[in-house]
Amino acid sequence: MERLERRMGLLAALPIGLLLMVSFIMPMVVIAGFAIMPQKVFELAHMPDFSSFAVIWEQGYYKSLLRSLGLAFLTTAILFVVCWPLAYGMAKVFGRFTLVITVLVVLLLFVSENIRLFGWNLTLMKGGLIEGHLRAWTGLSFETPLYTWPAIVFGMCYVYFPFMLFPLAQGIALVPDDARLAAMDMGAGPWRILFEIEMPLAAPGIVVGCLLTFVLSAGAVAEAKLLGGRSVVVLTDDVESAFTYAQNWPLGSALSLMLIVIVALIALVPISRIDLDAIMGRRK
Amino acid sequence: MTAVSRPTRAALYLYGALILVVLYLPLVAVGFASVSKARYLSFPVKRYTGGWMAEAVTSPTVHQIVLTSLKIAVTVTVISVILGFFGALAFARFQWRFRGLFQKAILLPIFFPQTVLGLALLIWFSAIGVTPSWKTAVVAHLVWISPITTLIIAIRAYGFDPALEEAARDMGASTLTVMREVTLPLLMPGIVSAGLFAFLLSWGNFPLSLFTSGVDATLPKWLYSRMVSGFTPQIPALGVMSVAGSTVLVLAGLILVRWLRRRT
Repeated sequence: MERLERRMGLLAALPIGLLLMVSFIMPMVVIAGFAIMPQKVFELAHMPDFSSFAVIWEQGYYKSLLRSLGLAFLTTAILFVVCWPLAYGMAKVFGRFTLVITVLVVLLLFVSENIRLFGWNLTLMKGGLIEGHLRAWTGLSFETPLYTWPAIVFGMCYVYFPFMLFPLAQGIALVPDDARLAAMDMGAGPWRILFEIEMPLAAPGIVVGCLLTFVLSAGAVAEAKLLGGRSVVVLTDDVESAFTYAQNWPLGSALSLMLIVIVALIALVPISRIDLDAIMGRRK
Repeated sequence: MTAVSRPTRAALYLYGALILVVLYLPLVAVGFASVSKARYLSFPVKRYTGGWMAEAVTSPTVHQIVLTSLKIAVTVTVISVILGFFGALAFARFQWRFRGLFQKAILLPIFFPQTVLGLALLIWFSAIGVTPSWKTAVVAHLVWISPITTLIIAIRAYGFDPALEEAARDMGASTLTVMREVTLPLLMPGIVSAGLFAFLLSWGNFPLSLFTSGVDATLPKWLYSRMVSGFTPQIPALGVMSVAGSTVLVLAGLILVRWLRRRT
């Protein structure tokens, strides 16, 4: 029986394992290989010279990396503050309304992100849904907030909203009501309860939510293109143009590798500590 | 007892409603734009027309693109559900040596920037001499979507009692029979939701298709290429129809899952 289970487990993991080996691990190996090749070569059969990293330093590509990470950090921080009260409501207050929110937010995930961002373009542009109506009704007008970096952060907050909301709600559901009530009885104020009871107990959800949001927005590209209008160059823009217009695979690979390594370093520690069986509801 | 005061509750409800309004605001704008008669859009919309929709429905280019998107989404759904079914058993059900490692490895593609994944696959395909087409886009979608189907089916697999399978085996059923007669029906609601997710995520995916589908444009990729070259009323018209199609599918899926849950 035991031996059968062991063999079945390996067997069942095999198909998806093979898929990920061939089309996830291998491409990463190739990217890592190209990253150390001389500039503008298209095979791996060259002497490694690490010139891409010199180019990244000399031509200031590291700035777009820092910019991407900064925007991602800002997005994560804003989303955390925006999502916390709603996630709290979903986990502890709403009841049936939670289901409504869940369905409506998940539905949004199925709409291609570029259609949604295009919609924001129509909403926020001069003569758009908001400004156009405001002018028609009140005569007031304002400059469009599009094509600036805050527009990009707004777009990322919008697109990655569900990835913060659901893990947070899951995390807050882990906080026992008794713990809050006990703290209240002992005279703790609402902020103290938030920082010393709720946030520590909801930590698994907070970690997963912040991690997902940060990683996804660090690699985002559509927001900068559709709402930023090329006013801000993010790292993925550089990666894309290195691979396509410039036909410089080693530079593109080195830039990707830097993003991958940074993201992996940030993500690996929390992921390795999380008990997936507990989060996903294993029967005791 | 949740110890949340009435004004706080009211504020939370209000906040939730407000967020839903903001979330759907861009779709409202797209909806208005799709039926606005003016060639150069400006709000408020004064005259309405269904002409752009009709034009999009009859355009042969659009037919071609919708067909490509459908082909990719259906193939991805079928393959990712099969991979996810077995993956979920390895994830949640069987006790085997590398289970912990497997669980974490499955998460990696989901936690991975999709643009970078798409570009890495593009380089990989050209390194091994494969010309990008809708088939390579299927592979790219699978890398991201099969871990998701695995997780969705795994949630269901955690919930069922392994004793049911053991009982069937004790009564002499073979491994294959147990899987077909016990495991598969019990996991069915999870499989249906996973299939729904797979189809819709593949249908709407943009960053992976952008780099890996070669000359075969999918709907999001084609819409994007029109968006960056300026506004035409076809963009919102097609966008609205795509969203409407997804909504109908989600509702049908929700009803099906409920019905399956009630049966088991």
